[in-house]
Amino acid sequence: MLAYVAKRVTLAIIVIFTVIAAMFVMMHAVPGDPVRSALGPRASEAMIEAYRIKLGFDLPIWEQLLRYYGAILRGDLGQDVISGTPVLRVILSQLPDTLMLIAGAMSVAVIPGIYLGVVAASRRGGAFDRVSSVLAVSVMAVPSFVIAIYLLLIFSISLGWFPAIGAGEGVAGKLQRLVLPSIALGLAWIGYLSRILRASMLEVMAENHVRTARAFGISRRKIMHDYVLRIAILPTITVLGMGIGQMISGAVFAEIVFGRPGVGKLVYDAIANRNYPIVTGTVLVTTTFFVLIGLIADLLIAFLDPRVRNVITR
Amino acid sequence: MMKSAEPVLSVEGLSLSYDTPHGELLALRDVSLTIGRGEIVGLVGESGSGKSSLMQAILQLMPGAARVTSGRILFEGQDLVALGPDGMAELLGDRISVVFQDPMTALNPVLTIARQMIDIQHRRKESRAAKRQRAIEMLRRVRIPDVESKIDRYPHEFSGGMRQRIAIAMALMAEPALLVADEPTTALDATLEIATINLLRELQQEIGCAILFITHHLGVVAELCDRIDIMYAGELVESGPVGPVFADPRHPYTQLLFACDPAQIVETTRHLPAIGGGLPDLIDLPEGCVFAPRCPRADDVCRMQRPADHSAASSDLVRCHYPQAPRLEILP
Repeated sequence: MLAYVAKRVTLAIIVIFTVIAAMFVMMHAVPGDPVRSALGPRASEAMIEAYRIKLGFDLPIWEQLLRYYGAILRGDLGQDVISGTPVLRVILSQLPDTLMLIAGAMSVAVIPGIYLGVVAASRRGGAFDRVSSVLAVSVMAVPSFVIAIYLLLIFSISLGWFPAIGAGEGVAGKLQRLVLPSIALGLAWIGYLSRILRASMLEVMAENHVRTARAFGISRRKIMHDYVLRIAILPTITVLGMGIGQMISGAVFAEIVFGRPGVGKLVYDAIANRNYPIVTGTVLVTTTFFVLIGLIADLLIAFLDPRVRNVITR
Repeated sequence: MMKSAEPVLSVEGLSLSYDTPHGELLALRDVSLTIGRGEIVGLVGESGSGKSSLMQAILQLMPGAARVTSGRILFEGQDLVALGPDGMAELLGDRISVVFQDPMTALNPVLTIARQMIDIQHRRKESRAAKRQRAIEMLRRVRIPDVESKIDRYPHEFSGGMRQRIAIAMALMAEPALLVADEPTTALDATLEIATINLLRELQQEIGCAILFITHHLGVVAELCDRIDIMYAGELVESGPVGPVFADPRHPYTQLLFACDPAQIVETTRHLPAIGGGLPDLIDLPEGCVFAPRCPRADDVCRMQRPADHSAASSDLVRCHYPQAPRLEILP
């Protein structure tokens, strides 16, 4: 098991460093000069040149990349070109809001998604199954920003139940302002999760061991929960892991539409300002987050599925 | 062997059909079968003969499209067809148990053997420790070595033969009155097959349960069973005690089937014998006897009229117009 974890962690680090390199090259291919946009139109050529050298932009790109790798290993992600604050501190100040949003979206998605998937599979072909199928496809088909705008129009503007924008103050205020963005971001995932779980449940229900359990008179409820769901949930965990990872970037639109602070909003503004260190720093943090969640999902599956666990221990 | 007048299981005139997009598929037609207390009955037939449909009907684990159109299945005097799912769930795993064909997939892959063997004792009001102890004792009886340490393992950590012994242990733990064994040795190799058959017979004698042994291996039937029932295309064509039926089969299909058993071939041959033709279409059945299209002796009566069930010297039941006719001359 330890060897497996070590192998997966190594792989994760390679992925992160590759992503950094790719992003680094892409950032430099984008037209526009970060130094000019930082110093403004009235800066003299000498000032620009001095600042360029200070930031290391005069060096060849591969050397800049190596320096960047070195800095990352020291925990230094560079400085915000505009404010001069360390990038890591800027990102960490925004990260909690985004993580809260993801947690909110997942709470919206997971329990209804699992419930709908299990019930639809147990009553395959019934009215519940059909209605939930249509609903699942609908929420997946409608773009999240459209849902976000309608949620705002209905619940904030017409009904006035929730404040329209901002992150809010205090626990109650923050939670209140978390409701609509969480629904906007999580709704489609009810659809994804329930569809995947339903298909996976039906597949497991057709397996021979379920017939064995039935032939021993074990109650249907217990069979569904202990014998079917335990196996059917495994592919769902992988998808959920990718979903959480993807949400950190998917949060951009929710943060913009709802005027929330967060990593998505941060990177959106940074791209507009050609604030390279912020962009690369954010991509680094989100990539690490994505890879980490994937790693946790894989380890969770290995823990839950003795067949995988055994292959690993061997 | 205990035997009493009242049979454990008595299938009476059972007909079962499946609704298919092409029409009603008559999977079982007027099947009658009796299993006495403590008796081992071998149910034989080729693929598509209705063995599995009959087994599913007895266990009431039929697919959704299946429908019993007539007949009864009496288990200890209780009609299983009329019982409903809850009543059936009470009997399954208690009075009636099953061992399924494929030991590699019959057990849950993510639960330990201990957990599964505790779960199937759900009717007992006892502590988990007591249930676990009973499971350990039962696994010892099927000769799983080193049970205490192995019981907490998962199915994939056991070999096929061991898994089938675990499945047998699970099925017999409740000491049922009837064990349905659906080709329990087909997936095993020859030496394991013999060992499993011997184990099954030994436990059957200790527990005194009746066994419905579904197989297409005639040698196993001759070795293990008291009676043999032969199915063809959804009908029971011949039924009787093993000795007499093997000595003098009365139905032409039984005669041909026995002649095709590779174990019966004495001389070296390049061609295995086979019965010409194929199974009839169960949606559009022939008018007369269902075996007439393949029967070497079929005449106009056979092709026009459905035969009734007759008894003959060696068999209790022969579904043929000519139960007393001389044996077929079967050329190799």
